[in-house]
Amino acid sequence: MGQGELLFLLAGLKWTVALSAIGFIGGGLAGLGVALLRTSGVPLLERITASYIALFQGTPLLMQLFVVYYGLALLGLRLDAWVAVAIGFTLHASAYLGEIWRGSIEAVPRGQTEAAKALSLSYVSRMKDVILPQAIRISLPATIGFLVQLIKGTSLAAIVGFTELTRAGNIVSNQIFQPLTVFALVGALYFLMCWPLSIYGAHLERRFAVSSR
Amino acid sequence: MTSHTDIDATATGEAMIAMSRVEKWYGAFKALTDINLAVRKGERIVLCGPSGSGKSTLIRCINHLESYQKGEIRVGGTLLGNNARTIDAVRREVGMVFQHFNLFPHMTVLQNCMLAPMRSLGASKAEAEASARSLLGRVKIVEQADKYPAQLSGGQQQRVAIARALCMRPKVMLFDEPTSALDPEMVKEVLDTMIGLAEEGMTMICVTHEMGFARKVADRVIFMSEGEIVEEAPPAAFFTAPRQERTRKFLGEILHAH
Repeated sequence: MGQGELLFLLAGLKWTVALSAIGFIGGGLAGLGVALLRTSGVPLLERITASYIALFQGTPLLMQLFVVYYGLALLGLRLDAWVAVAIGFTLHASAYLGEIWRGSIEAVPRGQTEAAKALSLSYVSRMKDVILPQAIRISLPATIGFLVQLIKGTSLAAIVGFTELTRAGNIVSNQIFQPLTVFALVGALYFLMCWPLSIYGAHLERRFAVSSR
Repeated sequence: MTSHTDIDATATGEAMIAMSRVEKWYGAFKALTDINLAVRKGERIVLCGPSGSGKSTLIRCINHLESYQKGEIRVGGTLLGNNARTIDAVRREVGMVFQHFNLFPHMTVLQNCMLAPMRSLGASKAEAEASARSLLGRVKIVEQADKYPAQLSGGQQQRVAIARALCMRPKVMLFDEPTSALDPEMVKEVLDTMIGLAEEGMTMICVTHEMGFARKVADRVIFMSEGEIVEEAPPAAFFTAPRQERTRKFLGEILHAH
C-alpha cells in the first residue's frame, strides 16, 4: 500500500471525525432539549418527545439517513449531502442522548428539586445549577458509550455518497486487492478514536466518584 | 373539635400564615380535611401526630411543594394561588428544612448557602458570601465552609441546611422532621440551633416528635390524626391535660417510647 492510498484513508478519517463531531454537538444540543421536554411535567410535551424517541430508536440509522437524503429530495427539498447527513445524525443522536439524559435527570433524588423549589430557585436555575450538574455525572458512562457507537455509526454516511473512513477503505481495497491489510488499518484507526474515549470516560467516572463521596 | 377555632379567631389580625378550610386529596385518598390554622408573627408551633396523619403534607402546602384542592392559604398577606408568581413570592418568605437535609452534593457548604440569594434575590457574590459566612457562624459551622456536604456529619449537614434557608432572610421557617434522620448524639446540636432561632423571634412551624423541644419553645402544640387537626393547646396544657382520646393515646405511645 503506497503513500497515496494511505493519504486517501486519512482523508476518509477526517470526514469520520467531522461527522462524529457534528452528530455529537448537534445531537447533544437537540438531545438536551428533548430531555428537558421529556421531564417537563407537561403531559403533551412529554408524549410528543416520547414518540420522537421511540421513532428514532426504533428505526435503523441507515434508513433515517436514506429518508432525509433521498426522501426529502423526492418531496422537492434537495439537500446538500452534508446538510442531509448533519440533520440525520442530529436527529438520531438527539433521540438517544435525550433518552439517556432523561433517565439521568430522573435519577437525581426528588429532594434536590424540592430543596431548590423551597429556596425559590427558578426552573432555569434549578436545572442549570442543581439538577443537570448531578445528572451529567450519572449519565457519563452511557453518554460516552453512545459517542463511541456514533463514531462507528458514521460509516453509514457512505450511503449518501460520503467517502468517510469505511468507504475510503472499501475503495482502496478494491484498487490494490489487499483487503486484509486495508481493513486491519481501518479497524485500527477506529480503535484509536474510540479507545481513548472509553478510557477518558472511565477516568471522569472515577474523578466524580471521589468528589461526591 | 371546635376548640381550636376560637384561638384562630384571636390570631387572624396579625397572622403570618393563615390556612382556612384547606383540603387535599391524593387521588381518592383525603390527605387533609378542613385545616384551619393561623400562625402569628413570632409564634412557634410544633406539629405532631402519628405517621401518615398529614403533618408533613400540611407544612408542604404552605410553600406549595404540595398543591391543595380546596380552601385558602395566605402567607404574610399573599394569597397562595396556583400560579408561578404567588408561589415564588411565598417561597421567598418561607424557608424550609427537610428530614434528609437535601443539600446540593456537588457544591461546597458555602456555595450551597450562596446560590439562592444570588439567583433569587439578585445578591452580588460578595454580599452572598458575607451573609453566608455570618449565618454559617451563627449555626457554628463556619470553619467547614469549603467542605462538601458528604464530608460532614448528619448534624453538621442539617445545621448547614438551616443556614442555607436563613440566607434567604425568610419570615417563616418550616421544619419537616429535622432530627428524624439523625443519629441520637447529633439531635441536640440541631435542636439547640432551632432553639436559638426561636429565641430570636423567628416564626416557626416544626413537625417533630421531640417533645422536650415542644415543651421548651412551642407556643402551641398541634396534634393531627388522619388529616385533621384534632387538638391544639399550649404545651403545658397539651402534655398534662389532653382533651381528646386520640391525643392521649398518641402521647402515651411516644412518651413511653422515650
